[in-house]
Amino acid sequence: MEILMAFVIGFLFFAAIYLILSKSLLRIIIGTGLLSHGAHMLILTMGGLGSDAPPVLADGVANSSMADPLPQALILTAIVISFGVTAFFLVLAYRAYQELKTDNIDEMRGEEHDE
Amino acid sequence: MMNSPLMPIIIPFAFAILLMFAPKQLRFQRAGALVGAILTVAASIWLLQKVHIDGIQVVTFGSWPVPYGITMVSDMVSILFVLTSSIITLFTIWYSFRTIGIAREQFFYYPGVLLMLVGVNGAFTTGDIFNLFVFFEVLLMASYLLSVLGGEKIQFRESIKYILVNVVSSALFVITVAMLYSVVGTLNMADIAQKVSDVNQPGILTAIAILFLVVFGLKAAIFPLFFWLPSSYSGPPIPVLALFGALLTKVGVYAITRTFTLFFTGDIAFTHTVLLYLSVATIVAGCIGALAVWDVKKIIIYNIIIAVGVILYGVATYNDTGLLGSMFYVVHDMLIKAALFFLVGIIVYITGQTNLKKMGGLMKRYPSLGWLYLIAAFSLAGIPPLSGFIGKMLLVKGGFEAEQFASGIWILLSSLIVLLSVIRIFVYAFWGKEQQLPPVKKTVYWQIWIPTAILVLLTVAYGVGADALMPYMTQAAEVLANPQLYIDAVKGGK
Repeated sequence: MEILMAFVIGFLFFAAIYLILSKSLLRIIIGTGLLSHGAHMLILTMGGLGSDAPPVLADGVANSSMADPLPQALILTAIVISFGVTAFFLVLAYRAYQELKTDNIDEMRGEEHDE
Repeated sequence: MMNSPLMPIIIPFAFAILLMFAPKQLRFQRAGALVGAILTVAASIWLLQKVHIDGIQVVTFGSWPVPYGITMVSDMVSILFVLTSSIITLFTIWYSFRTIGIAREQFFYYPGVLLMLVGVNGAFTTGDIFNLFVFFEVLLMASYLLSVLGGEKIQFRESIKYILVNVVSSALFVITVAMLYSVVGTLNMADIAQKVSDVNQPGILTAIAILFLVVFGLKAAIFPLFFWLPSSYSGPPIPVLALFGALLTKVGVYAITRTFTLFFTGDIAFTHTVLLYLSVATIVAGCIGALAVWDVKKIIIYNIIIAVGVILYGVATYNDTGLLGSMFYVVHDMLIKAALFFLVGIIVYITGQTNLKKMGGLMKRYPSLGWLYLIAAFSLAGIPPLSGFIGKMLLVKGGFEAEQFASGIWILLSSLIVLLSVIRIFVYAFWGKEQQLPPVKKTVYWQIWIPTAILVLLTVAYGVGADALMPYMTQAAEVLANPQLYIDAVKGGK
């Protein structure tokens, strides 16, 4: 299971990096979304997979078969944060498109020389 | 009171919410922001005394026992950072009244500043590594707002790059925390420190240490990762720039200091040597940039990078003298960087431009500004009675004690380059032929001169009164050098 997850996470990172390195601003933002998905999957995997009993003390449930509740709490927090940042980033990209008349990152580089 | 470490976080938070209810009421915005900042400074000073007398203060949310609940820990290191940040925010708010412009003031500028202080103070205080990530995001979100507020073209262009760099580094932060969790199985910083020393630093922990260095290095702008800083910081207006330059990189510096003195002490020969080389390279890169540019804002921006290298040098040498020097230097640097940005802001205001080549002869009409700038420049370089001296002397001494002679001498030489880079502004802007100046309001000039002058005097007092601050600084360096003190305080408390 962990091996499979490693491939899934690796593929997400690969796609995210490919998108972030492209020139269109919208693709870059989608790339950051995929990057955070990859990171969340990684947290889940790092907590250990396979044990699926609720982490509540009950008769007949061994400690080793309980799911680790902490990674889920971490992922929930991280999802909310990445949602907020992505929303802000999208609005910024739209406003920047209106002002700068371009969504091509190549045309945004460098310094403006006022001389 | 039990919850004292939370005060510098909750007070600005409450005021930020309060200010959001009436964004268009200018007087309410200014008064509210000022009162909030003053109360935060007062609470920080009170907490400083409490930590000094009673030792490390610990709060656990919901009174869960220590490794399970989120803890907030106020030791001498964190409270010194918190106090300095709160003071700088107070002065920035005061300075903003005349410089930031009414349009920004009526569009959530002050709530943004206060919320950034919430994030910064929270990051300095938290005792939980994932909670550190959350507070990083709080301050970053506020900084995104501040960097783009106003909507000038250059702000949009630079904010996009700034946000992209930080989103990627945040993802990396989450990944690194996940890996650390899988190795030690805990997120509480004191608990991690204990478990790490129990497992005796295998290779995976060294790898995690370097990952943390990359994550925090991106925020702190250390050598290969500083590329985003000069252009991103040249976008926002001067008060925001002062706030960013003084506070944001220092959060990264604090995080590196904390993790490299608390967690990753098992393989010092590798991790701290890497840090040493990187800090020296950071100073080289900053020096080259500071000498190469002719834009007054950028000269000071490159000096931020130099200072980051100097502070981390003390952490890398990892002995009592070096750590003490780092603590002295970081507080000095935060204050003096804010003061220098304020001064440069005044110069830009009266000349109407940032290009140094087109300035000249300001000394005749603005002598008090010239003298103020000269004091600040000498202070940054570390001329003896002023504030930079004591920190730098201890850092170099620490370097020699660790038998790093070449890098110690380089720190000394870099002071000369720093002096050269900032004195260039003095020579070209204040001496030389008088230039045609655009008309400015004298009252506005004096209204922004006063907070700047008080901040410069504060740095002078910090240098002259270094002896009185010695007990506080020694206490801070002691916690950094002995992680056991921190662990005992957190785990022994409730």
